[in-house]
Amino acid sequence: MREHKGIKLALIFTMYGYIILFLLVPLLFIFTKALEQGVAVYLAAILDEEARSAIRLTLLVTAITVPLNTLFGISAAWAITKFDFKGKQLLLSLIELPFAVSPVIAGLMFILFFSPSGVLGTVITDFGLRIIFSVPGIVLATMFVTLPFVARELIPVMEAQGRAEEEAAISLGANGFQMFKRVTLPAIKWGLLYGVILCSARAVGEFGAVSIVSGRIRGMTNTMPLHIEILYNEYQFAAAFAVASLMSLLAVITLFIKVWIEHRTHTSTR
Amino acid sequence: MTIEIQNISKKYGNFQALHDINLHIPSGELVALLGPSGSGKTTLLRMIAGLESVEDGIILVDNENVASLHINQRDVGFVFQHYALFKHLTVFDNIAFGLQVRPKHKRPSAQTIAAKVDELLALVKLEGFAKRYPAQLSGGQRQRVALARALAVEPKILLLDEPFGALDAKVRKELRRWLRKLHNDIHVTTLFVTHDQEEALDVADRIVIMNKGKVEQVGAPAEVYESPVSPFVYDFLGNVNLFRGRVIDGQFSFSNQAETTNEAVGYVRPHHIKIEREKTSDAVISATITFIHTIGPIWHIEMRRDDDTYIEVELNKEEFLLLNLQVGENVYVSPKEMKVFIPEDFSI
Amino acid sequence: MKKNILPGFGITMGITTLYVSLFVLVPISLLLIKTASLSLDEFITIVTNERVMHAYKVSLTTAFIAAFLNAIFGLLLAWVLVRYRFPGRRIIDGLIDLPFALPTAVAGMTLAALYGPEGWFGQFFQKLGIPIAYTSSGIVIALMFIGLPFVVRMVQPVLENLPKETEEAATSLGASRFQTFHKVIFPEIVPALLAGFSLALARGLGEYGSVVFIAGNMPMKTEVAPLLIMSKLEQFDYAGATAIGVVMLLLSFTFLIIINILQKWHRKHELR
Repeated sequence: MREHKGIKLALIFTMYGYIILFLLVPLLFIFTKALEQGVAVYLAAILDEEARSAIRLTLLVTAITVPLNTLFGISAAWAITKFDFKGKQLLLSLIELPFAVSPVIAGLMFILFFSPSGVLGTVITDFGLRIIFSVPGIVLATMFVTLPFVARELIPVMEAQGRAEEEAAISLGANGFQMFKRVTLPAIKWGLLYGVILCSARAVGEFGAVSIVSGRIRGMTNTMPLHIEILYNEYQFAAAFAVASLMSLLAVITLFIKVWIEHRTHTSTR
Repeated sequence: MTIEIQNISKKYGNFQALHDINLHIPSGELVALLGPSGSGKTTLLRMIAGLESVEDGIILVDNENVASLHINQRDVGFVFQHYALFKHLTVFDNIAFGLQVRPKHKRPSAQTIAAKVDELLALVKLEGFAKRYPAQLSGGQRQRVALARALAVEPKILLLDEPFGALDAKVRKELRRWLRKLHNDIHVTTLFVTHDQEEALDVADRIVIMNKGKVEQVGAPAEVYESPVSPFVYDFLGNVNLFRGRVIDGQFSFSNQAETTNEAVGYVRPHHIKIEREKTSDAVISATITFIHTIGPIWHIEMRRDDDTYIEVELNKEEFLLLNLQVGENVYVSPKEMKVFIPEDFSI
Repeated sequence: MKKNILPGFGITMGITTLYVSLFVLVPISLLLIKTASLSLDEFITIVTNERVMHAYKVSLTTAFIAAFLNAIFGLLLAWVLVRYRFPGRRIIDGLIDLPFALPTAVAGMTLAALYGPEGWFGQFFQKLGIPIAYTSSGIVIALMFIGLPFVVRMVQPVLENLPKETEEAATSLGASRFQTFHKVIFPEIVPALLAGFSLALARGLGEYGSVVFIAGNMPMKTEVAPLLIMSKLEQFDYAGATAIGVVMLLLSFTFLIIINILQKWHRKHELR
């Protein structure tokens, strides 16, 4: 028995309304705003020296953070799902912890460590290093915030996979590397890809934590989200939305890849 | 290749999975490890394979102690309970896997591998399935691919964990017969785990019956079925009726009351019971027929004793027609064959 | 520990513990140690300052309202996506994750412009005399946006895996559609709903990027706790920032633990 047709229609229309007003309109708004003053202004905003430096820095931070977090994610998922050990639940909670910590607090923690008056402050200045208000600080903060993403996607996939296929590979004489490459990786590739994409999206877009540790030095430690904030505060709305539209495009691509992956895994399990 | 298991014990935390197991498996035999779940049979199989570590005791395969060897040095073929086929690889690549992962200097050429896989596909009757994926196969076909994959590396011994557990009854029977035939052809020492007594009796040269981490009995199917050494084995291999009684001067006599002295239990198979209308001696038991049904040539008669325990009897068609029994009738039964166990010696 | 023949436990466990220690355990412990360097009086003075108290209040109420609304709409969205077939279903299902994929600063800026006095939605509300941007309603809107996927993504799989038979059984026993939902379906999804709610709440409490643009950030009115931490830091008042941060952290953890206990209790209750 299905519910009354009227209720069904009402629910569907409420959903349409909600999605359109809450998600679709804001998304379209970004692109409209970005192109409001014409393509020339749009291109100028993107090709501006400071914008380009912000894009470069964001890409650099992402290129460092994502591979490291991916390595971590695979390691953590492997240890947690294929072995039994004490304190597994605790480890899982610790991995999820960055989700429950405000990005602002994440940034604060690294300030407490590395600022000149911080715990490691004197050591760092003695060596002539700069971490806070510099690229390493931004990388550290981003790593903290994006730490759980890959592990979180992989753990359920590997858990569902079980151990038998890997045991079979070993029993047939494969070494650890062959087992991983030929058996584990093909089984987890979609989950891994999705985790990497989510991790990248967050790394590109992280604002609060980065905002604290970067010091917002224009042309030096400004990432894309920090750059649009500055533009916005200077009432350069078209330019702010132009840079924002680049990141939104990335977000839309992320969603497309996600839908595509889900479609693939769905059809391949059938 | 013989398998010799000496003083093997295994503990998981406080749980003693195996107690001091000793077992000899002659070369070329097909042996069933039979027991209920939790009896330790799968643990023992996995220890022989090297999937579980050996802390106490030794395992000799072909007179070589393998206990400390890693699984990939033991030359065992292992067939997993749910096959553990590589889902993303074709049947061909699944079977070829063990050859393809060999170090370069030991790896056969691509043509040799292909020829070997073709040969195995023919052996397991799956010619023409090489390009399929596991998801496109039936349960029985997957099981045969798993077997071919394990055989590809030419193992010294073949180990199968509940090989037919996940299949439906009809396929299971077919595959059983097929495994028997395959074993006759290749003659690799084979050990399989099962909880299904019929399967073990049907296929194996020799059955190892396990319970609570111990070996209860080892023997040929007829031997373990006809002369079980313990109540557990009696109970586990087929239906059985229990008669309480006591032993006096080496003689068993029935008694409805629980006895304080010389208590004993008689075990009688349903087809070892004689039914009579007249009371011919004191050594018979009175019972009322409550239910009669037939499956093919066997007639099952259920009856209730005066103390409200039930007796199950099996008769063949001639026996049944001769007696012409009716529900509600009072009859006298006596065991044609019985095995008596003293409870203190055994516990089920 | 059960021995296992699969390789790589040592190295993966090593990497994992090292990484978690360096990036999670040590920094958080440091935060707590740093707080301990304050005397209790100092700590209490900082965290009970009127402006700080007000910031907690704003953060808590807005996060709570937003999480609550998200629970309702999230359940609705999950239900419609799982149970009905309609045009654009796949696209909408993908779009749900937009708030996860879109940088929070972009979301905040966009919502501020949309709901601002001259924005597409803002002018409409302005005419009704309900300003959204630069009020706590604006904060709720921003938190609803970024928290939208949590409840949907927690409830969706549970609804999908709900066996059809139990519903059919309920219907066959004469339950109305509403009774079936209320007595059979809803209890099944409560744990997931709570989990989604708590995630949205924790995220809302700590949210910074999307909120700063739309909140107006007026002290005693629309200043949220993360923003207060930020402004303390800008004045190099690390001790003050840390004290407020620790209170926030403890608040989030407490909520997560409470919800966890509720979920466990609920599961036990169900099993009986």
